[in-house]
Amino acid sequence: MKAVNWIRERGVMIFAILVVIYTLLPIAVIIAFSFNDPAGKFNFTWQGFTTQYWGDAFAISDLNKAMLTSLELAAAATIIATILGTMIALALVRYQFRGRRMANLLIVIPMTSPEVVIGAALLSMFVYFQVSTGFITLLIAHIMFSISFVVVVVRSRLIGFDRRLEEAARDLGADASTTFRTVTLPLIAPGLISAALLAFALSLDDFVISNFNSGTTVTFPLYIFGAAQRGIPVQVNVFATMLFMLTVVAMVVTVLQQRRAEKLASVRPDQEDGTTPGLPASAPATATS
Amino acid sequence: MGAWAKSKGTPYFLMGPGLLWLTIFFVLPMLFMLSVSLYQGSLDTTFEMTWHFENFKTAITDFDTQFVRSFIYAGAATLLCLVIAYPLSYAIAFKAGRWRQVMLLCVIAPFFTTYLIRTYAWQTILSNDGTVVNVFQTLGILGDDGTLLKTPTAVIAGLTYNFLPFMVLPIYASLEQMDTRLIEAGRDLYSNARTAFFKITLPISMPGVIAGTLLTFIPAVGDYVNATFLGSPNQAMIGNVIQSQYLVTKDYPIAAAISFIMMALIVLMIAIYIKFAGEESLMGDEAEVVTAK
Repeated sequence: MKAVNWIRERGVMIFAILVVIYTLLPIAVIIAFSFNDPAGKFNFTWQGFTTQYWGDAFAISDLNKAMLTSLELAAAATIIATILGTMIALALVRYQFRGRRMANLLIVIPMTSPEVVIGAALLSMFVYFQVSTGFITLLIAHIMFSISFVVVVVRSRLIGFDRRLEEAARDLGADASTTFRTVTLPLIAPGLISAALLAFALSLDDFVISNFNSGTTVTFPLYIFGAAQRGIPVQVNVFATMLFMLTVVAMVVTVLQQRRAEKLASVRPDQEDGTTPGLPASAPATATS
Repeated sequence: MGAWAKSKGTPYFLMGPGLLWLTIFFVLPMLFMLSVSLYQGSLDTTFEMTWHFENFKTAITDFDTQFVRSFIYAGAATLLCLVIAYPLSYAIAFKAGRWRQVMLLCVIAPFFTTYLIRTYAWQTILSNDGTVVNVFQTLGILGDDGTLLKTPTAVIAGLTYNFLPFMVLPIYASLEQMDTRLIEAGRDLYSNARTAFFKITLPISMPGVIAGTLLTFIPAVGDYVNATFLGSPNQAMIGNVIQSQYLVTKDYPIAAAISFIMMALIVLMIAIYIKFAGEESLMGDEAEVVTAK
């Protein structure tokens, strides 16, 4: 009976740990097979340990080119989408205006549409206007599908924002742009960074929409898809492992940064004297707008 | 408040560029797709607008198997995601303690690794001489010449894996912000944990469950990567059809008609969802603005 109780007590946690193992399993396979020494063209079965492909990580020029294209594309799309998305988020959180339902709908629908339909629709339009597809059409598409995600992330950040901090800056004599630069921006910076990282990851990872609108331009995912029939070179696993490591580092850094920002934002006079500790940070902000 | 905040035009000025981008490169293409779906002709001759509604009939009659299959596969994957994600989110939110962030990171991080490579990794794991097939054969779950790749099971498993975070995040979010004192109160009132769970925890997390279901089902139903990598033409989904009609056969009108039917079905689902769950749950947290009025 003891054993039964023990399992009952920890059942959910045991299940959760198994799920975590399940989500990490393919990653483990990807990393392990970056050290594989495949016999033929296909990197499917374990043949033997080698670090050869880590040494020759950049030996396939087509792959390097595809990776560079992806990085350039992701960087450009991230910068533009983060700016456009942040502006929308500012408008949505800080202002009352007509048409907010329409604006919300316009942001939500792209996120809830299947990628294959978005890609196909964009191609329909490019074909109609005889726009030749390539890097520019990819950039247009990547900015488009990233904007909504940026809005969602930045908005959640802005909602928890204590606007009295801005008012304090204004009272102390700062003008609007100084206040924005020295108070607003540093406080929403963690949100902007997470949004930008998400946009970058989405762009780097996108295959479906890109497949429709790439023309002859080859990105990293498109290279993998093309190579899948012929056998994916081990270097792809090496690249994927490096990307995974970078992702983990980036995520840890953002989590730590967010904690720091939360600490910064939580220093409020009313919490120090303890009179209204439960007051939501956002309530006074909207009351004045 | 500065002068810039008082101006009525400011929100429109702020939103303008971004929403214009979405209008030109999302809304407009959808309208184009709708018009193309009524065209007639082929790439060799020319496409002409003839209000050819026949395309929709062709799309449904020729590809009904793929439509039905997509909905079954995506439905099964969504259900599996829910069964996996709910206990997982519950454990992370209430049982993980100081491991909470680490567990969440472990669940989310894999999904920032290129989607295609993850699916390719599953191809490796499920391959005919892989461990999983061998174990299944030894256990008698699979016959001696049984395979996992190129079966519906493999495609559904792939969909489940790839779209799991879309289920985990909304459920976790709804559980995490829950006031745990409610559970204590429930325990006091109903005395047993099971009743307290069904009467309190589950109803409170319902918006998360519904949002997760929608966010998992939609990308899954349109997916064609899993069917391509883990299945065979016998497992082709509607996404495969749209892809090949657009990029290989180049029968744009039929492809557009199929896409449009799918989009219409999804809009219908979202509408039903909003009716039941309320607009805020999908549109984001507007509570701040609303309560200030």
